[in-house]
Amino acid sequence: MPFIPHTETEIRSMLDTIGVNELEAIFDEIPDDLRCGQLEGVPEGLTEYEVTRLLHQRAAEDQALSCFAGAGAYDHHIPAAVWEITTRGEFYSAYTPYQAEASQGTLQLIYEYQSMMASLTGMDISNASLYDGASALAEAVLMAVRANRKSKSRKLLVAGTVNPTYRKVTNVIVHNQNISLDEVPFDNASGTTVTAALEAHAGEDYAALVIQQPNFFGSLEAVDEMTDWAHANGMLVVAVANPMTLAALKAPGQWGEKGADIACGEGQPLGVPMSSGGPYYGFMCCKQPLARQMPGRIVGRTVDLDGNPGFALTLQAREQHIRRSKATSNICTNQGLCVTASTIYMSLLGPEGLARVASASHKNMNALLAAIKDIDGVSVAHAGPSFHEALITLSKPAAVVIEQMANLGFLAGVSVSEDYPQYENALLVCTTETKNDADIAAYATALNTVLNGEAA
Amino acid sequence: MVDAVKMEKVIFEHSVSGRRATVQAPAVAADFSDLPSALLREDKPLLPETSELQVVRHYTRLSQKNFSIDTQFYPLGSCTMKYNPRACNTLAMLPNFLARHPLAPASHSQGFLACMHDLQEILQEVTGMKGVSLTPMAGAQGEFAGVAMIMAYHRQRGDMERNEIIVPDAAHGTNPATAVMCGCVVKEIPTGPDGDVDVEALKAVVGPNTAGIMLTNPSTVGVFERKIEEISKIVHEAGGLLYYDGANLNAILGKVRPGDMGFDVIHMNLHKTFSTPHGGGGPGSGAVGVSERLVPFMPMPHVLKEGDRYRYVTEADVPDSIGRLSGWAGNAGVNLRAYIYARLLGRDGMHRVAEFAALNANYLQARLSAAGFDLAYPDRRASHEFIVTLKRQAKDIGLTATDIAKRLLDKCFHAPTIYFPLLLTSCLLIETTENEAKEDLDAFVEAMIEILREAEADIEMIKGAPYTQPVRRLDDVKAARELDVVWPN
Repeated sequence: MPFIPHTETEIRSMLDTIGVNELEAIFDEIPDDLRCGQLEGVPEGLTEYEVTRLLHQRAAEDQALSCFAGAGAYDHHIPAAVWEITTRGEFYSAYTPYQAEASQGTLQLIYEYQSMMASLTGMDISNASLYDGASALAEAVLMAVRANRKSKSRKLLVAGTVNPTYRKVTNVIVHNQNISLDEVPFDNASGTTVTAALEAHAGEDYAALVIQQPNFFGSLEAVDEMTDWAHANGMLVVAVANPMTLAALKAPGQWGEKGADIACGEGQPLGVPMSSGGPYYGFMCCKQPLARQMPGRIVGRTVDLDGNPGFALTLQAREQHIRRSKATSNICTNQGLCVTASTIYMSLLGPEGLARVASASHKNMNALLAAIKDIDGVSVAHAGPSFHEALITLSKPAAVVIEQMANLGFLAGVSVSEDYPQYENALLVCTTETKNDADIAAYATALNTVLNGEAA
Repeated sequence: MVDAVKMEKVIFEHSVSGRRATVQAPAVAADFSDLPSALLREDKPLLPETSELQVVRHYTRLSQKNFSIDTQFYPLGSCTMKYNPRACNTLAMLPNFLARHPLAPASHSQGFLACMHDLQEILQEVTGMKGVSLTPMAGAQGEFAGVAMIMAYHRQRGDMERNEIIVPDAAHGTNPATAVMCGCVVKEIPTGPDGDVDVEALKAVVGPNTAGIMLTNPSTVGVFERKIEEISKIVHEAGGLLYYDGANLNAILGKVRPGDMGFDVIHMNLHKTFSTPHGGGGPGSGAVGVSERLVPFMPMPHVLKEGDRYRYVTEADVPDSIGRLSGWAGNAGVNLRAYIYARLLGRDGMHRVAEFAALNANYLQARLSAAGFDLAYPDRRASHEFIVTLKRQAKDIGLTATDIAKRLLDKCFHAPTIYFPLLLTSCLLIETTENEAKEDLDAFVEAMIEILREAEADIEMIKGAPYTQPVRRLDDVKAARELDVVWPN
């Protein structure tokens, strides 16, 4: 019996101790008419080697593509040590660290993680993580509405250059509480938010302005001006950031005169595999005055009975298991294991290594754009610098190009015309440090073949 | 514990400016001179500057400060700390699965999509529901999806008044918190002296504003809700829907199906019942199953099978969906582990889960009762867990649930859940799971008896426990008052 250690003799002896004759008797409080049948829809059990064969077959059907897609999930190198250590049973099979004395490993690691994230984002405090980038934005929106006591509108301004999926997910999560998002249009030529679009909302009541940097198109927003504008208009600022880029870009906590108030985003670029979209983790950091409005777990450093340093969950009075219907969120877990991986990743890379990853990812994008910009049927949509993603428009529908490029071994990018109909046949492309000159040249050749039916 | 492990410093104390693990980053130095300087960072972020060996040693030592299922019996009530089979991890981490971008075209993703589709079908069968979506990323998100679907159902019927969610007082804190996130009003009802829901109280609160009820069965007090069919009838007749909190699904897997009990929507904690790892607090997966009338509202995307081809649904396929809850399709890697687990168990294995989880729980309950511990519900069968109450010991010798929990750590057992459910004072909620062998349960009983004896002899010694862990009891008040949550930069 899979994973059940009992022998017949033991079963008999245990039933005797309970005082019943057979296993079925333990279920005598369940009404007979509720007992389920044979579960015919569940296949027969397999041995481990049979399951191994099945899963290898399934994995082999999904030929790995050379990945030039991003849009929130990124193909970075992950050092071997990261998941070797993360999947040690002591991390992998531990529970939420409620029993602090027996969970110092996980607790100290989260404290280290919080320290790294707070520094990367330029904030005072980080939580222990949320589910993913998209749902982290939803939690940031709820937090901003709670924190901005002067605002009564339950509305936020969101730049149109914020990841459209994040905006959809946020809307699903917050709309039942009568919270809504108003979109700020952007300039189609530059792919960035222009001050005039913000000025149209000057003096209006919004809890916060949401800015993504680099934005969904990979372009760089004028974050200092936008932050100062929002603060001048009584709004908080919620920054959506890619933590990998923060080795290079100004930390949200330093945007403008006062800095953003909340920073959140997707932690996946820091050592978490793409793995079909999850599990990832969302990070969230904030300035000190907002600490008690933060959702999710937070670990603090304290002392034990002997005065030695130790770590424990803290500020639990915000959470659902204490506050129930008055909690800051219904969130119960963080994404502990993914955070474990990221903390080890950040430690292995260090400030210099992470900056090199960011720089190589960025330089590869410059190289990719240079290699494809003159191909017939390709236009680079935006003027101005791109970090490691960029929007191009094509002479054929993006979905068709993606399919044909996949047959040549490439994941060409992500089709975005559905969310941005102003760009026809638009493809969002991405490069990371894992690509080299030969990969980029091969991509350009394949794209030319698909668009023009010939080699470059 | 080895001193080197016990005394392990914070990673930043190992850091020396200029040191780094050179093979882990590109050989070329960073250069952002082509980007506007006003947008660049000037300070160096607080990331460790350490060698690869230092990092490996540091985090290996930290891991050794943890209790885990792989190292200790973990009878944490309500958490279902089952063995996480290694094959599930090894196979879910096959390179092609890890390298798949979430937006890779379906034409190049048939293997992965087939696994997700098969898992949907298996979960549908074992729960007796009519549709399954794997996208919620944790139990609490599954709850959110469930209540959001209930609300969407009422609203689509033009029923705009229903905004009350009924929650028993024994429920998990996530239930009322979720109801509020969905814009609902929470109506709490009491639990009767026998552990079942107080049906008269339920009758008194249902009415034209009832959107639904959130129930865990077996309930959080560890007993099967015997009047479930009557409850189902009362709520349905009042026009409300029934939500099943799958936290305790392990107790009935292969025995009873929530769909057959009349539930309209359920969430499953795949990290409990389907043995995916808890990971020190996540990632979980909170798949939802629905009855016929809620199928159109399921969160997207789920996997469709057309002929022999698989694909994710799009917005056009499911116009009434409550929408997306995650950036992509939920915790795919966790779902893959659950799928592998389900295939290892198969049909017969599923039936045995609840049988042996219940056998272990009832055995441990009988032995602890015989050893002099009081049960909260002595006249009831344990489900997969049960409650020991310490009211008597607290009064007689000042022994609390915390004391037992901390002293158990010294005896190499993880503590049971303490002070939950909130309606019972000083209690232990003990869950054994089907994976534990009889001798481990016996050893736990011996440890509990020993602690009782120790407490009777010297309660102060117990109040000082634990003594064998990397730290002793921690000052939680100081942690909250003098907030130290980041290492000084």
